[in-house]
Amino acid sequence: MKTLGRYISPGWFLVAPFLLLVAAFYLGPILNILWLSFTDPVPGVGNYRELYESDALVRIIWTTVRVCIVTTVFSVLLGYVIAYAMVHAHENKRNLMLGFVLVSFWISILVRTFSWLMLLGRNGLVNNAFETIGIISEPIAFMRNELGVLIGMVHYMVPYAVLPLLVNMQTLDMRVMNASRNLGASGTQTFWRIYLPLTTPGLVASTLLVFILSLGFYVTPAVLGGGKVLMVAEYIYVQLLVTLQWGTAAMLAALMLFGVLGLLYVMSRFMKLSTVFGGTAS
Amino acid sequence: MASPVPTQGNLNIRDLSKKFGDFLAVDKVNLKIEKGEFLTLLGPSGSGKTTLLMMIAGFLDITAGDIDLNGASIANIPAEKRNFGMVFQGYALFPHMTVRENIGYALSVRKRPASEIKARVDEMLDLVQLQDFTDRKPGQLSGGQQQRVALARALSFAPPVLLLDEPLGALDKKLRVEVQDQLKDIHDRIGTTFIYVTHDQEEALSMSDRIVIMRDGRTEQVGTPLELYEKPESRFVASFLGKSNFLEQPDGLYALRPEKIDICAAGTGAGPARLTGTVRSITYFGSMLRVMVDIAGGTEVEVDVDSWRINTPLSKGQKVDLTWSDAASVKLARG
Repeated sequence: MKTLGRYISPGWFLVAPFLLLVAAFYLGPILNILWLSFTDPVPGVGNYRELYESDALVRIIWTTVRVCIVTTVFSVLLGYVIAYAMVHAHENKRNLMLGFVLVSFWISILVRTFSWLMLLGRNGLVNNAFETIGIISEPIAFMRNELGVLIGMVHYMVPYAVLPLLVNMQTLDMRVMNASRNLGASGTQTFWRIYLPLTTPGLVASTLLVFILSLGFYVTPAVLGGGKVLMVAEYIYVQLLVTLQWGTAAMLAALMLFGVLGLLYVMSRFMKLSTVFGGTAS
Repeated sequence: MASPVPTQGNLNIRDLSKKFGDFLAVDKVNLKIEKGEFLTLLGPSGSGKTTLLMMIAGFLDITAGDIDLNGASIANIPAEKRNFGMVFQGYALFPHMTVRENIGYALSVRKRPASEIKARVDEMLDLVQLQDFTDRKPGQLSGGQQQRVALARALSFAPPVLLLDEPLGALDKKLRVEVQDQLKDIHDRIGTTFIYVTHDQEEALSMSDRIVIMRDGRTEQVGTPLELYEKPESRFVASFLGKSNFLEQPDGLYALRPEKIDICAAGTGAGPARLTGTVRSITYFGSMLRVMVDIAGGTEVEVDVDSWRINTPLSKGQKVDLTWSDAASVKLARG
């Protein structure tokens, strides 16, 4: 033990159980998926060749990317406005607003998704009300299409967009904004030239967070898309449990994993990721 | 540089008040600030000096009263239109911009041509001697350098009035004295009206043309450093600006500076003693000695003596005579 300790820092012995745990239950399955994607049903790159050959698969991936981008844009915009309002609200109101944001974290995604169906479905509250008043003669198709998926996903993602922005905005020194005004800048100029650049780390963090979480979304597209908006996660589910094509499922999972890692890598070329994830900008 | 605003401004502050809820932070302040003057607002924290400055800058609404710049009211002009330079507490530099961009910001938001901005920034960099740091970000500068960037940025658009909110608070003692000299020098060169907020009495005494002593939102006394030090009107002023002994006389309260008292062993003085007492403690400060003397009847008098003037060493418990000239003690108008 003593001789071993000379070469290996004793700290490693303390974290060893956790490293083993992570290796066994996290790294292992991921490697297994990678393995499956190259070996099932037959060894080779056949699963990956499907990306070129299958129009359906390309369409699914394109739908997923498109829905995720639109979701991210709307969630981050809304999140920015909400975070801004929270930071500049009176303390009591801020805590109340933070409470609302957090409460929506604690409500099951299933409950939240189905409540959108009740509200915006063909015979939902909104369509019924509009028809009764006479504004519309035919129900508006909010649900069972991409619009429905977007509404549900943005609703779910806004809190995730708010929190990194909130943390970022709270650390800003408001004297800097006063300095800008004192130097003759209008509110708009101050926002574009000072406030926005200083909140960029928060914007990047919340964009990454929302986009990555959206990529793996399953429940909301499945329920609100009504089978018409097929996204990668739902497709993987179908491959796993219905058609039993584990190779295709594994290939798509690997694709998403490396897509996300690639995205993080590209971002890291532009800025220090540590400043995005909780570090301080210098 | 051709400038639409006069580079010197006089301010007339009339019955200015500020209420936060029920708390009266500034209470009917009247103050005339002359063109090119270096005026210091001095007071303990909570005396309303920063609130007063923020109202002049336009960051706080005025509850009552008015402020005139060169004869015209500015009370309803928003902060960004007042054209007052300001050096903020903690400097409030733009962390994502270089020194050059920070200093050029005011002209840049005024949409001045790039050549004019560059010329003016170069001029400012010369003024504060930061020519070698143009491309650094504020985070890469020392406290003293940041302070100079803040000063250059505030002066870049030739404001008629420069407001300084405890600009030296974050610097260490030695640097502070150095920067005081630089600030005074820059004030003399550009001639802009300076309004300077501090709680440091030494800073106020050494830099200002006039000092306003503030207390509980009111101006306690206004005057040159010499006037305030030599002729304090109240006990508060006498004890806030320097140190003072207070003597109760039949015709009122007198202030007496510790360095204006002569001390000698009992019975050895040239004339009759004004007070006699016993030495309680002696503290040595190099250039001077601080002697605390217990006077019969319970009061205590502080005497500061130049070390070189003590020819017979004093010791604790010794009986001493205290004398001073009539001009040394000042009768206070208020308690």
